Amino acid sequence: MAELNSKIPKGPVAQKWSNYKAHQNLVNPSNKRKLDFIVVGTGLAGASAAASFGELGFNVKIFCYQDSPRRAHSIAAQGGINAAKNYPNDGDSIYRLFYDTLKGGDYRAREANVYRLAEVSNAIIDQCVAQGVPFAREYGGSLENRSFGGAQVSRTFFARGQTGQQLLLGAYSALSRQIKLGMVKMYNRHEMMDLVMVDGKARGIIARDLITGKLERYFGHAVILATGGYGNVFYLSTNAMGSNTSALWQAMKQGAYFANPCFTQIHPTCIPVHGDYQSKLTLMSESLRNDGRIWVPKKKEDAEKNRQGQLKGNDIPEEDRDYYLERRYPAFGNLVPRDVASRAAKERCDAGYGVGPTGLAVYLDFKDSIKRLGKHVIEERYGNLFQMYEKIVDENPYENPMMIYPAVHYAMGGLWVDYELMSTVTGLFVAGEANFSDHGANRLGASALMQGLADGYFVLPYTVQNYLSAEIKTPRIPTDTKEFTEAEKRVQDRIEKLMSIQGTQSVDHFHKELGKIMWEHVGMGRTKEGLTKGIALIRELRKKFWSDVKIPGKPDELNVELEKANRVADFLEMGELLALDALERNESCGGHFREEYQTPEGECLRDDENYKYVAAWEYVKEGEFKLHKEQLVYEETEVKVRNYK
Amino acid sequence: MNLTLKIWRQKDAKSKGKFVTYTLNEISPNCSFLEMLDILNENLIGKNEEPVVFDHDCREGICGMCSLYINGRPHGPDDAVTACQLHMRKFKDGDTITVEPWRAKPFPVIKDLMVDRTAFDRIIQEGGYISVNTGGAMEANHILVPKPAAELSMDAAACIGCGACVAACKNASAMLFVSAKVSQFALLPQGRPEAKERVMKMVKTMDELGFGNCTNTYACEAECPKSISRSNIARMNLEFICANTSW
Repeated sequence: MAELNSKIPKGPVAQKWSNYKAHQNLVNPSNKRKLDFIVVGTGLAGASAAASFGELGFNVKIFCYQDSPRRAHSIAAQGGINAAKNYPNDGDSIYRLFYDTLKGGDYRAREANVYRLAEVSNAIIDQCVAQGVPFAREYGGSLENRSFGGAQVSRTFFARGQTGQQLLLGAYSALSRQIKLGMVKMYNRHEMMDLVMVDGKARGIIARDLITGKLERYFGHAVILATGGYGNVFYLSTNAMGSNTSALWQAMKQGAYFANPCFTQIHPTCIPVHGDYQSKLTLMSESLRNDGRIWVPKKKEDAEKNRQGQLKGNDIPEEDRDYYLERRYPAFGNLVPRDVASRAAKERCDAGYGVGPTGLAVYLDFKDSIKRLGKHVIEERYGNLFQMYEKIVDENPYENPMMIYPAVHYAMGGLWVDYELMSTVTGLFVAGEANFSDHGANRLGASALMQGLADGYFVLPYTVQNYLSAEIKTPRIPTDTKEFTEAEKRVQDRIEKLMSIQGTQSVDHFHKELGKIMWEHVGMGRTKEGLTKGIALIRELRKKFWSDVKIPGKPDELNVELEKANRVADFLEMGELLALDALERNESCGGHFREEYQTPEGECLRDDENYKYVAAWEYVKEGEFKLHKEQLVYEETEVKVRNYK
Repeated sequence: MNLTLKIWRQKDAKSKGKFVTYTLNEISPNCSFLEMLDILNENLIGKNEEPVVFDHDCREGICGMCSLYINGRPHGPDDAVTACQLHMRKFKDGDTITVEPWRAKPFPVIKDLMVDRTAFDRIIQEGGYISVNTGGAMEANHILVPKPAAELSMDAAACIGCGACVAACKNASAMLFVSAKVSQFALLPQGRPEAKERVMKMVKTMDELGFGNCTNTYACEAECPKSISRSNIARMNLEFICANTSW
């Protein structure tokens, strides 16, 4: 199997990307026409990559399972996108954005990749403005910024609470233009089922037309996966219902390594869980922490009364409130990074200070900001979020403090990629949340949008070209060859196996059970015992799934239950790897908190001597994985203890 | 809550559909409308019946995929929400709820409550963009946009492309959807160079795809989950007239 070669260019970190671009190989315009690409996923990374490749003159096929490319879950990102423009003159720079992102990731990201991300961030803003993304403006007409967690400068650009939507629609419009020009062919309501390998290189995919149920074969000189994160392995998460890990998992079975799967982000400000029937959790943007103050009652008896509905949040006097983030982290206060804020909320609730009917909630209070700025300002800034909250909880957040609790949100882990974003499978590139490279053990707010668009607009168009320059003599491979036939057969066999079970429990039943195991044993506080037990439970559940799942309907027609079954089957394997990775990593860092490894104050205790590496897992067979390590080298930065106090 | 559901079932685009009645008991008022349908489907699977097919994805009111016509209203009996944000507390115990797909010729039914909205993508492909290649952009702050214009542009850009406006309109007009995109760009300096061509192409495609015309009933605005203003239609008409008279 492939050796891990990160292919980091030589030279000082600030010059690596320039050096790379200066010496990479290119493809001339007449050869571009002869080269085909497959892009899977139409979120920020996929849509921006496909549009950019189309503009360059390559032929692109792009796939999404939704009815339109505009629905990809990037659309739900609320708060903003970071860039090192330093418009507010508050001391920002490319270096500082790079440093904050690396530190925010608890020194588990690859330094060279993070620097490149910061370096291209400004061009992303330029590009999006040119596309007509209606970012927030100052009265003079220039762009407005706000602050976000993990930073002491205001570098976040935003379009109200719908920044992801506006950036995605920008990429979607660029994509639509290329579709019209015939450079990109769109396959909506199609799901990738397997990766096709020819002579050791990724050369195509098998996709299922979700309307007809037919399996189809598609060739590409290179394949790009931009299929998002695997948060739905926890069942309840802020991800869309269809978000899944299957494309990554099938790629893994063809030789791609999965990196740092245990690095999952639990977002601190989500609407708390309220019932068994619940299908998803809704995020309340991190931007709310700019003006909201987080607290729980100081007295246990107040919290107790609140849970029983006898004492409202508003009736608890100021002196009896514990603004625990401001107390514990005076330098960053309510704007500490997400992992820190989530753990602090869990700590207070576990200690018996939680509020709301379940006791699994803390308050996010806007009373002081409304007093200071006026209701209209808060409404202008967060109106849509407040409305969303009121619709779900049936309570007015202008009058009562919001109740929030952490929920699974983002996957920092993903397929291992080198500096060129190529996986361990030659010709298979991975972009956006689907890869692992930029966020380490914790992602800072407003960095996901930055990374998705950086990969698609400004990284892949260079690095993929470098790869394809050696492919100009490769003719289009017909899809009736042995390799395509075999790949289709694999998919066919699995579908038949699933359909033949005809057990007694629905797919959702298994997905919910998996979610419960993951949240309890592989969630915010992990222990050796818990993880070991979690792995055993997942294995047991997987066995039950393959003997007792019930899928109605037929395979060769629109069959939503079959679609879900395919995804859950992969989650049932992926969940085990996530737990295994967490078990293997005997340290706490970022979103990965092992209770055995903490400081006396309850902060993460990192072990740089033994764990300053990327854990890249190779698939051997079901339930068996082999660990490879990429040692992380920090040339530019000194690896320090993360301190937000 | 105990409920009676009358749901449109249709095997595929070619088959004839019909309403089928189901009963559901003990539904929590805090349940979302789609979670209520999840429970129904779970029951149907338990009884070896085919679950009801409906489009949905983000379940937080932003992807625009859910598309249910509930008790005669797109996205049901609440204002400024999508079906996934609608909660059962908006209904009463013992209610009968009718659920249909979007009804409009350019949105053919695929199965049950799922319709084909690729017509919207087609309209965007005709001009719902600013023609700028990656890397060809100038420094962002060199384009100054007056705050009021940026705010209006954002109001229009908030459209989620769900199609409720078309479903609500007796003429199945897509004017609100198209005008929102036309307005977003028309209001920004970046969008002006292509403004004339954009509005002409998008309107032409809208007509060709079989969407009806606007007769100013404003049902679209009333049912839009993002409260997109009808003033966008007026702006598009203005843009369209100018484009055709001063080209």
